[in-house]
Amino acid sequence: MVLTLYILIPAVAAVVAWLLGRVDTRLSRWTAVAGTAVPLALLVVQWIANAGELRGDFVAEGAGPAGVAAGSWIASVHEPWIESLGISYFLAADGLTLIMLLLTFALGLLAVLCSWRGITKNVGVFHLMVLWTVAGLAGVFLALDLFLFYFFFEMMLIPMYFLIAVWGHERRVYSAIKFFIFTQVSGLLMLIAIVALVFIHGRETGVYTFDYTQLLGTSMSPTTAMLLMLGFFAAFAVKLPAWPLHTWLPDAHTDAPTAGSVLLAGVLIKIGAYGMIRFMIPLFPDAAYDFRVWALILGVVGIIYGAVMAYAQTDLKRLVAYTSVSHMGFALIGIFAWNSWALQGVILELVCHALSTGALFILVGGLQDRIHTRDMSKMGGLWQVAPRMGGTAMFFAMASLGLPGLGNFVAEFLILVGVWQVSHWAAVLGAVGLVFATVYALWMMQRAFQGEETHGLKFADLTKVEIGMFASMIAALVLLGFWPQPLITTARQPLDGLQKLTAGTSLVQPQTPAEDAGAAEPVADTVAGEEGGP
Amino acid sequence: MKAGDLLTISPLIALTLTSIAVMLAAAFWRSHALAFLITLAGLATTFGTLFVSASRAAPIVTPLVSMDSYTLFFIGLLTVATAVVAILSWSYLERLPQHPEEYYVLLLTATLGGAALVAGTHFASFFLGLEILSVSLYALIVYPVHRAEAVEAAVKYLVLAGATSAFLIFGMALVYAEAGTMTAAGVAKLVAGLGSGSPVVTIGVVMILVGVGFKLAVVPFHMWTPDVYQGGPAPVTAYIATVSKGAVFALLLRFMLPVSADTSSTLFLALAAIAVASMVAGNVLALRQDNVKRILAYSSIAHLGYLLVAFLATGERAGVAVGFYLVAYFATTLVAFGVVTVLSSEDRDADLLLDYWGLGARRPWLAAIFAVALFSLAGMPLTMGFIGKFVIFTAGAGSELWALVIVLVLTSTIGLYYYTRLIVVMYVPRPEELELAGAEPGARVAAAGGAVSVAVLAALTAMLIVFGVYPAPLLRLVEHAVSVLPWP
Repeated sequence: MVLTLYILIPAVAAVVAWLLGRVDTRLSRWTAVAGTAVPLALLVVQWIANAGELRGDFVAEGAGPAGVAAGSWIASVHEPWIESLGISYFLAADGLTLIMLLLTFALGLLAVLCSWRGITKNVGVFHLMVLWTVAGLAGVFLALDLFLFYFFFEMMLIPMYFLIAVWGHERRVYSAIKFFIFTQVSGLLMLIAIVALVFIHGRETGVYTFDYTQLLGTSMSPTTAMLLMLGFFAAFAVKLPAWPLHTWLPDAHTDAPTAGSVLLAGVLIKIGAYGMIRFMIPLFPDAAYDFRVWALILGVVGIIYGAVMAYAQTDLKRLVAYTSVSHMGFALIGIFAWNSWALQGVILELVCHALSTGALFILVGGLQDRIHTRDMSKMGGLWQVAPRMGGTAMFFAMASLGLPGLGNFVAEFLILVGVWQVSHWAAVLGAVGLVFATVYALWMMQRAFQGEETHGLKFADLTKVEIGMFASMIAALVLLGFWPQPLITTARQPLDGLQKLTAGTSLVQPQTPAEDAGAAEPVADTVAGEEGGP
Repeated sequence: MKAGDLLTISPLIALTLTSIAVMLAAAFWRSHALAFLITLAGLATTFGTLFVSASRAAPIVTPLVSMDSYTLFFIGLLTVATAVVAILSWSYLERLPQHPEEYYVLLLTATLGGAALVAGTHFASFFLGLEILSVSLYALIVYPVHRAEAVEAAVKYLVLAGATSAFLIFGMALVYAEAGTMTAAGVAKLVAGLGSGSPVVTIGVVMILVGVGFKLAVVPFHMWTPDVYQGGPAPVTAYIATVSKGAVFALLLRFMLPVSADTSSTLFLALAAIAVASMVAGNVLALRQDNVKRILAYSSIAHLGYLLVAFLATGERAGVAVGFYLVAYFATTLVAFGVVTVLSSEDRDADLLLDYWGLGARRPWLAAIFAVALFSLAGMPLTMGFIGKFVIFTAGAGSELWALVIVLVLTSTIGLYYYTRLIVVMYVPRPEELELAGAEPGARVAAAGGAVSVAVLAALTAMLIVFGVYPAPLLRLVEHAVSVLPWP
């Protein structure tokens, strides 16, 4: 029941905020806060209540892949929806879901808060769109019926489209339509793959169902598996975004309002990584193995290309957008490495990237509200004008470049350790990407915040609300940098389950005895130990 | 034929009597309200008689008509759609200088023609139904006779429909001459064994398909659609797009069902080519339009292409897909043209993009309704259009028509562009990125009022969303309706 509430509360709050928006904008804003804060609180309660279960070892519930898939759940709902087509209302939550939901609601709340002053037109409709997106995102992370997943996947395109097209910046209509069409085309390719998979499974077993746990382990020819996997890959690679399907992202991020950029960078693009981990690779492990080398190439090119392009930007927001391409390249190579190190790293990367990039977007949005430009050539020496803003920017720039002691470093380190075992050159080139990250982050700080203030800009420093938002994100990143254990523990069971699901395929390496004994735990301890030092 | 059979065909009788009643009422006492109310009451009675007819044991009355659950389902659909068109027409006709009463007579006879088509199991009822429908439509299109474009549209429709009727009847004659059958079951049998049959029968069947293709406005018989949609009064356009096309499609399924069995037959390949051409041409040609009615015209060509994909799939799943998609298409199209109708004035319909500029601020409810309809046409989740496309998709995939399914997917993404363009115009404050045709501020049409129409549109929109989220009841109803067809 509580799983349904995660979708229902933002959805209902969306309508209420919309209707109240015509009466009083403050009421609308507070409703939007409640619509994200209440599920966030519920989530934390559920997390704590299930802490013991999450900490335990992975145990499969019943035989076959369906039992393995069910092993890590802490809650599930399964009701018939469209029976004649084999579609059910099937939600389930495990540690991975909890992490993704935490990101969704936390960044949803930040998106509402950071629009408090900036959005003054159509406030009710704006909150309708933000909360609708949040509800759709919650649905995506909870759904385990492939039709339901696709339903939510497509559903949140509509509000995001409006957020960009109506409240966006200069080229908003172009960017909104580009975003919409890229995502829709790739989503439909995934739909073809889903339907084909269901029919192949139906022919084989006589049961036509969109239930993901039933579809696991469907046997098919390698060519078919590869084609279907590419259908899923198209959808998730566009979302992620993987080079060369990323071109919508700089446009959409740049022209979206701050709340839109935060949700896009913080959560929407994470669907790509989540979908690959949850659906694509478990459904087609052999095809994924055959595709691994290409995925690593795309990932590494993305890391370096994103970083180089970020360096070349003069628009501050576009720069931040390109850093996402680079960071998500790490996620891509980590996912295809498919071992505990890399996957733990990917999940940490998703969380830390959401926090650091989300914060940078809020910062740039705040700066734009104040000086009405994002052009770095019109900035310089801003630290002197607004020292708190400068310090905050410095912190998140450091997070972005992967400074040890912050979560991003742990994440990228784990990914590189995991990738090294699969492909040395991919790990080496990925590490080179970190050097580029240092260059663009420092270059950004230099051009915008350091040096002499020559443009005569005068504006107010961070407000109390902004300080609160940034302080909580800084605290989270530092915490994850020194003590990532809670997150690693939460993600361990689902990841062990995924390894079991794909065990026996060439994707999972035969483990050495030492690793076998301790599963993922020693890794986590080592990393935490290293970072926990003085 | 026994007296009890009259009860079985009571829906057809009720429609006939209603049109006569409206005509007589108009002859003795000219009153728009009276004609309107008789029409609605008659349509409600017709809907009620469907249940009487359903309770009768033997559905087949004479070789001409069969009042089975398939027929009753579609008559129900046509009746409701006609009622919606009638309600939309009320305020529209109030603004026109013409007498409004005869409009309702024509609307009812057209629906009678449509009902005869969906009930028809014989060439005679087929042709009779089609002609009643067409002749009523000629007069309906030219109803605002003071508008030059309406006259042009009506003449265009008259000439082309007349020519295709000739094709149709000649095709029927050839089939009868060679195969000696005029019944739906006989034609279906012919279609199943067409490869080995005589060339005369093939030519006959193809000529019948030309007639049907014209009514459905699929490529290459689509030329009339944009002009007639643009010139005809908006509620009549809604009627042509829904009732006229829907009735003919229902008939096509009854007569030509076995086409899908043999995917290498010439007929199948021809229909597949028509489907692909319709999907591609409809969507691509809509891209460059600045006239909302023309955009909707091209989009309807594409939607009939999607329907043909479902038609070409095998098994009962295909029938369910056709039935469900038709309901979704009816509801969505009625809403879309309903919005155009509500905004139209005496001189011209609200069909320029400019008329919709800033609608989101001026009339937020109407804009929201239009946006939902456009998203449904585009096949976005939470709307019936999404589920409709999905069932077509599963039907096509189930029959392994991958080429058609992939074309469907790719072309429907082209569709996204022009649907979202319309939405952008309504909501974006300064759409300077969009070139708006005829962009002088004075040219903008945006009539006020139409509260009843807006309420009906809101109800239909609610239906679009309810069945978009929970389609199971409607799917069951459609399954029941199509189960009487002779599925292999």
